Amino acid sequence: MSNRLLIALAGQPNCGKSTVFNALTGARQHVANYPGVTVDKMSGYYKHGDTRVDVVDLPGTYSLTFYSPEERVSRDFILNDRPDVVVNVMDASNIKRCLYLTFQVMEMENPMVLDLNMMDVANNRGVTINIEALTQILGVPVVATSMKQGRGKQALLDAIAETGRKKSAEALFNVDYGPMEAGISNICEMIRQDPGDLGAYPARWLAIKLMEGDEEIRKLIREKGARSRRILNHVQDLRNQFEVDHDQDTALAVAQARYSAADKVTAGCVTLPAERKKPMSDRIDAVVCHKYMGPMVLLAVIWLLYYLSIVQGYNLTNYTWPLLAKLRGSVAAIVPDPGFIDVPLISAFALWLIDSVNALLNYIPIFFILFGLIAIMEDSGYMPRMAFIMDRLFSRYGLHGQSTLPMVLGGIYVGGCAVPGVMSCKGIPDERSRLTTILIIPMLNCLAKVPLYVLLINIYFAAHKGLAMFFISTISFLMVLPVSKFLTTTVLKDKPTSPFVMEMPPYHLPTIRGVVGRAIERVWMFIKKITSIVVALAVVIFILLQFPGISPQRKTDFQAQRDQAITKFRSSIAQTPYAETLAGDKLMEMVLYWKSYKDKKMLTRGAEANAALNDELKKINPQFFVIARPGKDKVARKVNRSFKKLFKTRKGLLREMRKERINESFLGKMGRALEPATQFAGFNWRVNVALLSAFAAKESAVATLGALYEQDDAGGDGSLESRMAKSEDGFTPLHALALMMFMVLYPPCLATSIAVKLQSGSVKWMLFGMFYPMVLGISVATFIFTGGTLLGLSGLQAMGVFYAIALCTTIATGFIKTKPEFEDARQAIA
Amino acid sequence: MTLDELKPGNSGIIKKLSIRDKLGQRLMDMGIYPGLTLNVVRNAPLEDPMEVEIDGYLISLRHDEARFIEVESR
Ligand SMILES: Nc1nc2c(ncn2[C@@H]2O[C@H](COP(=O)(O)OP(=O)(O)O)[C@@H](O)[C@H]2O)c(=O)[nH]1
Ligand SMILES: [Mg+2]
Repeated sequence: MSNRLLIALAGQPNCGKSTVFNALTGARQHVANYPGVTVDKMSGYYKHGDTRVDVVDLPGTYSLTFYSPEERVSRDFILNDRPDVVVNVMDASNIKRCLYLTFQVMEMENPMVLDLNMMDVANNRGVTINIEALTQILGVPVVATSMKQGRGKQALLDAIAETGRKKSAEALFNVDYGPMEAGISNICEMIRQDPGDLGAYPARWLAIKLMEGDEEIRKLIREKGARSRRILNHVQDLRNQFEVDHDQDTALAVAQARYSAADKVTAGCVTLPAERKKPMSDRIDAVVCHKYMGPMVLLAVIWLLYYLSIVQGYNLTNYTWPLLAKLRGSVAAIVPDPGFIDVPLISAFALWLIDSVNALLNYIPIFFILFGLIAIMEDSGYMPRMAFIMDRLFSRYGLHGQSTLPMVLGGIYVGGCAVPGVMSCKGIPDERSRLTTILIIPMLNCLAKVPLYVLLINIYFAAHKGLAMFFISTISFLMVLPVSKFLTTTVLKDKPTSPFVMEMPPYHLPTIRGVVGRAIERVWMFIKKITSIVVALAVVIFILLQFPGISPQRKTDFQAQRDQAITKFRSSIAQTPYAETLAGDKLMEMVLYWKSYKDKKMLTRGAEANAALNDELKKINPQFFVIARPGKDKVARKVNRSFKKLFKTRKGLLREMRKERINESFLGKMGRALEPATQFAGFNWRVNVALLSAFAAKESAVATLGALYEQDDAGGDGSLESRMAKSEDGFTPLHALALMMFMVLYPPCLATSIAVKLQSGSVKWMLFGMFYPMVLGISVATFIFTGGTLLGLSGLQAMGVFYAIALCTTIATGFIKTKPEFEDARQAIA
Repeated sequence: MTLDELKPGNSGIIKKLSIRDKLGQRLMDMGIYPGLTLNVVRNAPLEDPMEVEIDGYLISLRHDEARFIEVESR
């Protein structure tokens, strides 16, 4: 490829920038991060003739100040990467306001093309634009497009190529800053005379930014400018003088001058309709933001989100799970077969790994639907309405109206997932609230916590299941609010906040392409970012669980038990013709055959499928098949019975060994070492081990408990409930309550921790996010268990008391007044 | 009076923004500046924030932020 061009798309939110980006680049896109910030960098490319054009979609911003990371990133990109063309996408139906940003881009003296997008909307509203005149006045090429319909694309491509060839900015239009102009030229002059390392920067732009009081540019002058002290002092004098003379902040005066200029420009070339119709959006808002109907619509939307993603998405996993099971099956086929009681380490490891990954991949249908629905909510314009309705409640606790969606995703009621919850925090403009939201999301009821709740409630609160379930579903919300308030007033006190001021954009009908595209893109990103790390940590947990392993002496014991069982089996079938069939190594073959038969049978449903399975197995080994399905043959039935008994003994031995391996493992030792500290919370070492292993994924808690409470001859119905109840005699409902509350506050799982790191942009916050729930969780559990024991409360009583305390704390903290924001930036009123 | 005192359904002319830095800049960037007429459309279900219409746009802001905007009721 001979020629290359780099172009950047700039524009205000909702002007159709992403639509233009998609139209230009098609599917050739990818997402990265701007260095040092958590802002997404979308880039892609297209080919125009023999030129490869790289496109960067800058974040949509109203302005280009230094206050928000998005705005800083946009202007730094234009300034430092010097794209060949900046395409300023504008909403043709609102040119005047879009010009406010256009002027700021023009001041950066980069070659530009204006894309008047949404021409169809402008025409429908009766707005007429004299494009010729606009081009004349501004001195930059202007192209009209309706990119949703794909109209005007070719003209835009040509204009970009043409401007890219010229490689020179000819932005002729300058905003007139009135009484500040003299000062601006003055500063310009000073910089030009002695530029130091500032030669590459547009001097007038620097001067304007200095007049605005832009901190970043002052820093730039200090670092790269010559005689910077003199310049900065001069700027300060000019600003002070202006403020005395005009009773107005210079930054506001600069902004106002831009609006006046926009007025002047549009006066010459845009005619608005005489009368504005009441837009459709107003009528929708009358319902959606209504005092009573608004919250109901919100509830309905949340319910629908849950229903479609969690319930229906979960149903979908019934179809995708067999695929994952097949994947596991093919891995199992590759690795060495297990022996009668000794499983090769490599096989155990491979299966552990694939199980860890599968546990995550299993959520993909849920995520896909979830991300699709979020995209619909984003594109339609409902998101800001949601924030509008919820802001009052959340802001009392240091959260933000826009914390609503992350919290819904995280699982405000039962069932959510912290990973998309944390990921969706990106949109919260206020840094303090964003960090708080990221840190509290893991406390909500993620789906994976539910099995442990269900297990404990079934055993210890069997008589009050409904009540206990209500308690656990709502308690997390009552914990989240006070904790948020606590975090924002302590640890996060000094984090910068941002104004809430937010546009409520007109409603739009989302496009299928946009929605599906974004859903796929986000699912893919999730897989890419999370899976690799989950794999890495799964390895660590595996080692912690497997080593140092069973002692050689115990191993010999187990081998003796194995030999004894086999000998017994052989003698019981010695007189039958099947003794020959199962001689030597063939016995082990039969064990594997039987196991695969049982595994497959679990996945087949219906008489037809069963018959097919039988045929298949008969083909593989007809003799084994007779033992597996003896039918009416008396001898075969006897052998079948003996074999099943042997198989059960093997299973018992494997279980026993697994239990012992966990006992002896590093993780088991950790669990024991922690017992002195956790006993006040009512946790014994087994519970500790289960909780430690839950870090990989919360589901593991129940699985590990399952392994620990496994018995040779499970009494009762053999369910984990009865086993646990039996082997933990001392365990009371109070123990269970403390354990459940710990689980509520449990540190984020691996995948979530990674998401926290990505979204907060630092390992420090990830570690904090893991540490504080642990302290809080153990404190709350200790409070419940020790307090409950001292007062002689039953589990149910303790539950009631704790709920009351949590409710009161939540209400009380909501009334704690914080210092009003922005007060120190108040300008004295003359 | 200040914008936070204006009730839904009423309009006013913006006289002055008595705030600088981040919030002042944000208000300006969102198109709230002296000389324009704004119209309070509604309050949120829990009374705060408020939604105002200005020059054909809908903007929501908290009352705590609106108190820095001086308006003359019409
Ligand atoms: N009628 C019309 N709608 C458009 C046009 N371009 C974009 N849109 C819609 O405007 C909404 C916002 O577009 P988007 O590209 O997400 O805007 P962004 O915020 O600037 O990235 C979407 O619902 C688009 O489908 C257009 O030219 N005409
Ligand atoms: Mg966009």
